[in-house]
Amino acid sequence: MPGSKLDLLQGTLDLMVLQTLATMGSMHGYGIARRIEQVSGDAVVLNQGTIYASLVRLQQRGWISAAWGTSANNRKAKFYSITKRGRRQLSEDAAYWQRLSSVMGRVLALQERSDEK
Amino acid sequence: MIDSLRQSFHRFLAVFRGAQLDRDFDAEMAAHLELAIEENLERGLSPSEARRQALLRFGGPQQAKEQHRDARGLPSLDALLQDLRFALRMLRHSPGFFLLAILCLTLGIGANAAVFSWIEGILFRPYPAVSHQERLVAIGGTSRDEPRGTPLSWPDYLDLQRSCTQCEATFVTKITGTTLSTGERAERTTGSIVSANYFEAIGVHPILGRGFLPGEDVGQSAHPVAVISYKFWQGRFKGDAQILGKTQRLNGVIHTIVGVAPEGFYGTFVGWEMNFWVPASMEDIFEAGGYKLEDRGARWIEAYALLKPGVTLQQAQQEFAAIGKRLEVAYPATNRGRSLRLWPLWETPFNNAGTLLPTLEIMLAVVVFVLLIACANVGNLLLVRSFARRHEMSVRLAIGAGRARLWKQLLTEGLVLSLLGAAGGLLVAYWCRHALVLLFPARGGVQMHLPGEIDWRVLALSAGVCLLTTLLMGVAPALQANKIDLAHALKTEASGVVGGGGRAWLRSGLVLVQVSLSFILLVGAGLLLQSLLRIRTASPGFTTHRVLYTAVDLVSAGYDITRAETFREALLERVRALPGVESAAFARMVPLSYGSFSSSPIAVDGYTPQPEESPTVDYNEVGPAYFITIGIPFLAGREFTRGDDEKAAPVAIVNETMAQRYWQGRNPLGDRVQVKGRWLTIIGVAKDSKYSSVRELTKPFFYVPIRQNLIRNGDLHIRTPLAPEVMAAAIAREIHTLDANLAPYEVITLQEQLDRSTSPQMVAVTLVATLAVLALFLAAIGLYGVMSYTVSQSTRELGLRMALGASAYGLFRLVVLRGLALTAGGILLGAAAALGLTRLLRYLLYEVSPYDPLAFGSAFLVLAIVSLIACFWPAWRATRVDPIVALRYE
Repeated sequence: MPGSKLDLLQGTLDLMVLQTLATMGSMHGYGIARRIEQVSGDAVVLNQGTIYASLVRLQQRGWISAAWGTSANNRKAKFYSITKRGRRQLSEDAAYWQRLSSVMGRVLALQERSDEK
Repeated sequence: MIDSLRQSFHRFLAVFRGAQLDRDFDAEMAAHLELAIEENLERGLSPSEARRQALLRFGGPQQAKEQHRDARGLPSLDALLQDLRFALRMLRHSPGFFLLAILCLTLGIGANAAVFSWIEGILFRPYPAVSHQERLVAIGGTSRDEPRGTPLSWPDYLDLQRSCTQCEATFVTKITGTTLSTGERAERTTGSIVSANYFEAIGVHPILGRGFLPGEDVGQSAHPVAVISYKFWQGRFKGDAQILGKTQRLNGVIHTIVGVAPEGFYGTFVGWEMNFWVPASMEDIFEAGGYKLEDRGARWIEAYALLKPGVTLQQAQQEFAAIGKRLEVAYPATNRGRSLRLWPLWETPFNNAGTLLPTLEIMLAVVVFVLLIACANVGNLLLVRSFARRHEMSVRLAIGAGRARLWKQLLTEGLVLSLLGAAGGLLVAYWCRHALVLLFPARGGVQMHLPGEIDWRVLALSAGVCLLTTLLMGVAPALQANKIDLAHALKTEASGVVGGGGRAWLRSGLVLVQVSLSFILLVGAGLLLQSLLRIRTASPGFTTHRVLYTAVDLVSAGYDITRAETFREALLERVRALPGVESAAFARMVPLSYGSFSSSPIAVDGYTPQPEESPTVDYNEVGPAYFITIGIPFLAGREFTRGDDEKAAPVAIVNETMAQRYWQGRNPLGDRVQVKGRWLTIIGVAKDSKYSSVRELTKPFFYVPIRQNLIRNGDLHIRTPLAPEVMAAAIAREIHTLDANLAPYEVITLQEQLDRSTSPQMVAVTLVATLAVLALFLAAIGLYGVMSYTVSQSTRELGLRMALGASAYGLFRLVVLRGLALTAGGILLGAAAALGLTRLLRYLLYEVSPYDPLAFGSAFLVLAIVSLIACFWPAWRATRVDPIVALRYE
């Protein structure tokens, strides 16, 4: 299915949020959503509102923390930052994804080669 | 792992902080949108376009909110709390329905819990404060004539105490009593004769002083010591701290008080409160019949065994049967044909438990009925309400609630109701837990104590009942919710009186069930009532209305046996001289009393007993003119006279059955019978009468003159048309003249004595009748509710009928007939069930057939009248419908 946007599973969105916060530092919900859109090059289907469910989950697990503050333009917003535990979780998950994607790649490559025959 | 625990914890907390978290999120969403709009404005979009784009990218705010809520909380818990809040709000808005439902449930669940607690008390812990009751068994003897159980003798008890290997301990207790006078009136006080190891064996430690020492239970009258109960100590001795060493005259002998039992300990006799305990060595002070501790043939003991842990009743029974066999072989004169038997506590042959339990079982069945009726009632009420709410239900279904969600809500409402009902019910049961004793009137002034226990078993059973009622009640409305046809329900709200179709069957079904259950209860009450009346009016073989009886306790006052006889002669002379007295006589025991008659093994010339038989017959010691006083006619021979005294030849009078059995049709007059080693000449044959109980089978019985068999205490029988109260004053006066320290017991007629002895039947009738009335009341409410609601829902149809020409009378008839049809159905159902069930009452019924038509007929009549009344008001309302208003109503 070339070209259509990818629907995100719960866990993958969580991972993206963690990564964003890890690299960008403290951000508010809107900022995180915009950043994910930009980085993925609009390849991701994201109702921005769904990010908040993800943020709640991460917060309840203690991987991110939240605090009300003011944005660049003096607007009130809730800012999230990644915690130490969050960073640990992030590196674990990222490693897992790397392994998974390389294995999947090899298995799917096998499939294509046999198709070619 | 820790992280998911953290998450669960936060999710749980979030359920309760819902409002605040919602506000927080709203603020966050607003902030998000502002930032988005700002960015859009910077990119050059118009304000309205900026806003629109921002909202588009965000997605639906409501959706985001729901996702947020689902992620942060526990949706199922949320739903439950929501249901609870909604249920409570609905109940607050209809207080009438609420109160009625709670009332029904409280009565139903409360009655059940109360009966559970009584059964629990009698069955599992009949003896408060006694430890290890689950290992206690009762020991009794059996013989060919009396398989029901006989008492044991002391030497037999000593033998089995020595030989029993499976018992941790055995002990003896025998109920006894004495009279304590308080000036004008004498009062009977119950106590126990016990073995020396009694208190250790049952694990009860006196709070002051000690129990009995080993060895204090042997030797004739050798150890006049007593342990008194807490109540006795507080009441008679005002809680005197120096009580130990003080004395109390019991049955004429000074006893030293050596201990006080703990509060809440009432002895080991179901139903009676013990006030004092004396060791077995004092037995002949309290029991008639002389010193019995060395007489293997004198059977007077109630014994118990505390089995070792792990020993079952069957195993112990085998050992006891073997011991019995050994005794039979070793002592053929006294033990031939006799064996030992064990009973669980609630079946002991010598206290009230055996008679109570069947009554309690009936009680349980009845309260279960009442509970079912209560549930049906509340179910009906809920059903009616859910029908009124079907519009609301349909809307809910239409906007997306699953049926499961609806079911959950209805069940939650049912749960709230039944929890409140159960709480109320447990409270009722707690108040009533000692109420069992109210149903057993005090006999002879002795106070009874029947404890009810509310412990984990009762609570668990009540919780189970509560859950069951919830399910039963929730099912009906939930089933109806299932049937909602969305499109139809959203459009119309009509239903009809005669129509109503499928939905009406459930409502009607519930009322049907209620009516039939009420019918069954009414029939039961009718049968028991008839039985009671028959018992009370059946002739016991002696005159009941013109004969009074009373007694004076001379033994407690210290009279010895000859002085007592002199006193009685003097009293008789005075009483016979009183105006209105036709005749008077003494006898050792009045008929139908709780005590036991003297009994003795007998031998008759010309009668050889069977190999397994050792004939033992009860007898009464009576004075001259006894038979004419009490009204027992003679078949042959004569009464005792003053001439049959200690210098004359020993004589006896036998009853009809005894003559039949041992003389086989020959005339026994002039023949002899051997009683306790003496040969007595038969001088008369009296007609049979009832001796110990109105329901007993005919049995052999004989009489001996008092002067030849001196007794200590006797009952005074007086034949007079005067009322007991009138005689009481006169008798008290005569007694005071002879001895100012004495007072008589209460004076009652023999009819009153008979009535008191039929208290189990009285109890059964009272209970079943009360509960039948309750059930009837509930059924009437149910019927009224259904008819009333049906009428209110069918105003449109009624208005239509009226507009088309139906008369008010016609509408009235319509509604009433519908109601009566329901009742008729219920009666048919109930009659069918009753025909099957009343057989179970057979053992309580006295000369009444379980299919007695009078009972069935009167139940039918009562129900018909009640349902007419219940239907009346709704039918009347039906005739007041204004057709114009009704037709306009959509």
